[in-house]
Amino acid sequence: MESTPASHSQQHPISLYLKVWGALFVLSTLSYLVDYFGLHGLLRWGLIIALMLAKAGLIVAVFMHMAWERLALASAILLPPLALLVLVALMAIEADQMLVVRQLFFR
Amino acid sequence: MNAASATSAVGVAPPSALGWRGLVADWSSDQQAFVKVSWGKAMMWIFLLSDTFVFSCFLTGYMTVRTGSPVAWPNPSEVFALNVGGRPLPLLLIAIMTFVLITSSGTMAMAVNCAYRRDRINAATLMIITAGLGETFVGMQAFEWTKLILEGVRPWSNPMGAAQFGASFFMITGFHGLHVTIGVIYLLVVATRLLRGRYEQRANYQIVEVAGLYWHFVDLVWVFIFALFYLW
Repeated sequence: MESTPASHSQQHPISLYLKVWGALFVLSTLSYLVDYFGLHGLLRWGLIIALMLAKAGLIVAVFMHMAWERLALASAILLPPLALLVLVALMAIEADQMLVVRQLFFR
Repeated sequence: MNAASATSAVGVAPPSALGWRGLVADWSSDQQAFVKVSWGKAMMWIFLLSDTFVFSCFLTGYMTVRTGSPVAWPNPSEVFALNVGGRPLPLLLIAIMTFVLITSSGTMAMAVNCAYRRDRINAATLMIITAGLGETFVGMQAFEWTKLILEGVRPWSNPMGAAQFGASFFMITGFHGLHVTIGVIYLLVVATRLLRGRYEQRANYQIVEVAGLYWHFVDLVWVFIFALFYLW
């Protein structure tokens, strides 16, 4: 790429994209089957979350080329969303409390 | 904003080292932080980061109203089932929508690849196919909305269970559908410009990759909606 000043261009073999594409298909089918076979409890949740994170990881790392970006960009984009875990935890506590109050007073 | 000015601006500590040393050097040398990343790509990533927070707020709000409701939540496998040959298949339409969106992500990735090889005809064709798949997705979503509205689902009530179901469903899938629709328009604009040879003069096809980032993000958000809204 002689005349592209701003980009070390993201050139990767098509075969890699096709493999990831296939993997995403398989992972989606698996997560659909979790529902189809009506799995319940911890197994269902573990599988759903694991498959979700695997798919998200593949999309971000390969399709969005994050695996080949410099650590400065990757950490600036991927670390801030971790703050959301705090929000989720706080709201989960809040929701549990809401449920208890409603069951006590709004029957 | 190009790499030449960034590297010549600093005399001390060349930020060439990669890994953790590279991270510290990139952030601390009184210089452009995102070395060798064009402003277009950096801004798209920062926009996507902010969009991540918007969608996360919706999904967290959904989690809160769902766990906080003493009334049973409508079972998504039953609500979103389709009757095929007199037998209800759970989440059939949603599964097809998922595969359509993943396929569109695949064609988009190949469009970026073609663009960097300066194969602009194939790049534009693949982008138009991507936009077509995106439009198919929005069409199926409109079908799903119509089905639910005819069954009496409203943002404030529904016949199946907890009243918050409608508000969560319309808000989350509606906002995602809006993103897909904007993405389709965005892709078609860039594809048209590709075909007209607008990027040929500067020989810079990174705009296709930046448009691709947005499109993959739409697919990424759907992964979370599929798992948390439909499979929960």
